[in-house]
Parts: sequence; structure tokens; C-alpha cells
Amino acid sequence: MYNWKTWFSDWTFFADGFLRTLYISMLGLAFTLVIGIVVGILLCGKNRVVLAVCRGYMSFFQNTPLVIQIFIYYNVLPKLGIYLDIVTIGVMGLALYTGAYAADIVHSAIKAVPTGQMEAASSQGFGYVQAMWHIILPQAVKIGLPPMTNQAVNLIKNSSVLAVIAGGELMYRADTWSGDNLIYGPTFVMTGVLYLVICLPISLLARWMEKRSVRHV
Amino acid sequence: MFESWANAFHNVFAANILLFLGKGLLNTLYISFFSIVFSLVFGTILGLMRNTKGYVLRWTATLYIEIVRNIPLLLFIIAMRFMTKLPALASGIAAITVFTSAIVAEIVRGGLNSVGKGQWEAATSQGFSRVQTMWHVIIPQAMRRIRSPLVSQFVTTIKDTSFCAVVGTYELSFTSKIVAAHRTIVTAEDILLLYLLVAMIYYVINRIFAGIARRQRGSAMKGVVR
Repeated sequence: MYNWKTWFSDWTFFADGFLRTLYISMLGLAFTLVIGIVVGILLCGKNRVVLAVCRGYMSFFQNTPLVIQIFIYYNVLPKLGIYLDIVTIGVMGLALYTGAYAADIVHSAIKAVPTGQMEAASSQGFGYVQAMWHIILPQAVKIGLPPMTNQAVNLIKNSSVLAVIAGGELMYRADTWSGDNLIYGPTFVMTGVLYLVICLPISLLARWMEKRSVRHV
Repeated sequence: MFESWANAFHNVFAANILLFLGKGLLNTLYISFFSIVFSLVFGTILGLMRNTKGYVLRWTATLYIEIVRNIPLLLFIIAMRFMTKLPALASGIAAITVFTSAIVAEIVRGGLNSVGKGQWEAATSQGFSRVQTMWHVIIPQAMRRIRSPLVSQFVTTIKDTSFCAVVGTYELSFTSKIVAAHRTIVTAEDILLLYLLVAMIYYVINRIFAGIARRQRGSAMKGVVR
């Protein structure tokens, strides 16, 4: 009981970490979407060089651990004279990593829209970009939204990896505070609850959207 | 430019460093292998539990799955390391198993649900019992759907073992972090080459599994009766 009291007496320390996790995740998610949409659309093109670059990017970032990617940004960039603060490294790392998955989702969502839609749009005088923006993407959003929402949950959970570079977010604070105070149980339970508070609603939303989209097909 | 890279090669591809990284790789493979095997067992049980009609079993499984998969794996790794007396590798395996079982359960459940209701009805009308239907009719069809996402999950699990670096378990990522602080690894080229080497080791292993997953995705859609 004493341990719980100690934990709650330091609650602002964790609240700060919680907000930082939220902040990094939101920014990371925004950039993830940008990367995912751009790369996803590029993948629909026919230029071989562009395709090779996109596939190379996705392949590398999907098949190597985020921890190693973060190590590279954290340890190599300063030696090249590029000094980024932890939040920037975190946002960049999460966005590049999750973006590789988001690109896959966007690409297959666009592909799932029947080709007749593109043909119909062109026959009506829409250019490629116009057709993409007004006809294809709105339909693709419906298909891609549930898996993208799952990726958002993954991104939030993966933001905990910033603990390896003293990211100052929730997991880092839980790790250090519990070690300093030798109070493990309450710290880890409450940290779990805090992550659940963010992630559970989002993944339930994804589940609900999946069910709804199945019904409509 | 060329000389600094040649130096980097010389520094990184030194016998003692490679040997140390090799030990880390072995531990990574060890953690990955046992985590995957245990997660398959417990995940399948959980997935089946979540699909049963029994109220208690179903809600126990549902609660476990929904809570565990919405908490970062790293929390389980840290908690398992500091709150139990398990040795480093075992605590990593235990934590990853706790987490991955929930993911596997969802994959298994998705596969089972993808088999049409008509299959149950047809089998029952032919005099199959519940267990017989499950074993002879549903599972063989579900397996086709499950295999590909399951193999993709192996890739994720192998990457996830790198989280153990946070608690100082000597797997590949943590050993690379130690090597990066070695006195012979100094320049940007040295460190970049070191991490690229480590990234490539993960990449090659994961690419093999990703390739298998992709091949199975092609065959997954064939022959499933709705």
C-alpha cells in the first residue's frame, strides 16, 4: 500500500511521460500517413526506378527492428554533424518504420478499388491526379482505414522503444522511476493501464470498422 | 572517403567483434525460436477458447487478448525481468510469449471465423460431432488462411526480441550497442557500418520468413469454401 502511495505522489512525472507519448505518437502518426499515402500511390505507378526505391524502403524498414533503426539515428547522425533532439528522432523513427507498413496498406487499398472506376473517370475527362483524388482515394479510404487504425495502435505501442535512447516518454519514465524507487508492481500496473487507456479504444474502433466493412461488401 | 570506409571495414570485421555479435545472434535466435513455439501453443489454445460457446472460457480469453495486445511488449519485458527471478533469456522468452500468444490467438480466431457457417451445418448434417467437424472440416480450411499471417508474425517476433536490449539481455541489438562503444569503433563510418551489418543480419533472416509468408498468401485464397 505504501508503494502505491509513493507512486501516486509522483503521478505528475508519469503524466508528463504520458503526454509526451501522446505527442510523439500523434506527430509520428501524421508523418506516417503522409509517407504511407505518397509511397502507396507511387507504388501504383509504372516507373521501375521509383518502384525499386519504394520497395527497397519498405523492405528494409519492415524487416529490421525499430530498435536498430533508432540506434542508427541516435548514434550515427551526430557523428555526421546532424544534431536532432530526442523527440525529433522518435517521431522520425516511428514515422519511417510505420510508414513502410502504411504504404503497403494504402497500396493494397487503392488496388482493391475496381479498375473500372479509373477507366470511368478517365472517360469522363478526369486526369490521373484528379481521378486519384476525387474517385479512387475516397473509396480506398474505406478499405484502408481499419488496418491503418491497427497500425496507429502499433505506432503508439512502439513509441515505448524510445526508452532505449532515454526518450522521456511513458515507458522510459516507468523503467527509470521503478529502478530508482525499487517499486515495480504499482509502476508497471499503472503504466499498463495508461497505455490501455490510449490503445484499447483505438483498437476497438478498428474492430468495429472491420465488422462494418465486412457487412457492406 | 575510400580510406575511411576501408578502415571501417577493418575495425568492424575484426574477429573479436564478430564473435561477440555472433553470440548475440545466437541468443536472438534462441529467444525467437522458443517464443514462437510457446506462442503457437498458447495462442492456439487462447484462440480456440475465444471461439467456444462457454461463457467463462470465452470471456477469460477475450479479456486476456484485448488487454495484452493493447499494452506495449516492452512493458512485459521490463516487468518480467525485474519482477521475477528468471534468468535473462528465459524472462525474455516468457515476456514475448505472454504478448505474442494474444496476437497468435487473434490470427487463429480470424482463420476459424473465415470458414463459412455452411461448413458446420453440412458437417453436422453428415453426422459429424463438434470435435470431428473442427478437426476434419474447419481446421484444414482455416490453416490455409492462418499460415501466412502467422509467418508474418514470426518476422515481427524476431524483430521484437530486440526490445530485450532495454533490460540488457545479450541479444544481437544489445551486443551491437556494446560494440558501438568499443574503443576501436570511433568514426561515423565505423558505427554506420556496424549497425548496417546488424540490420542486414536481421534483414536476411526476416526476408526469408517474409518470402514464405508472401508465397502462402497466394495459396490462401484458393479452395476456401464460404
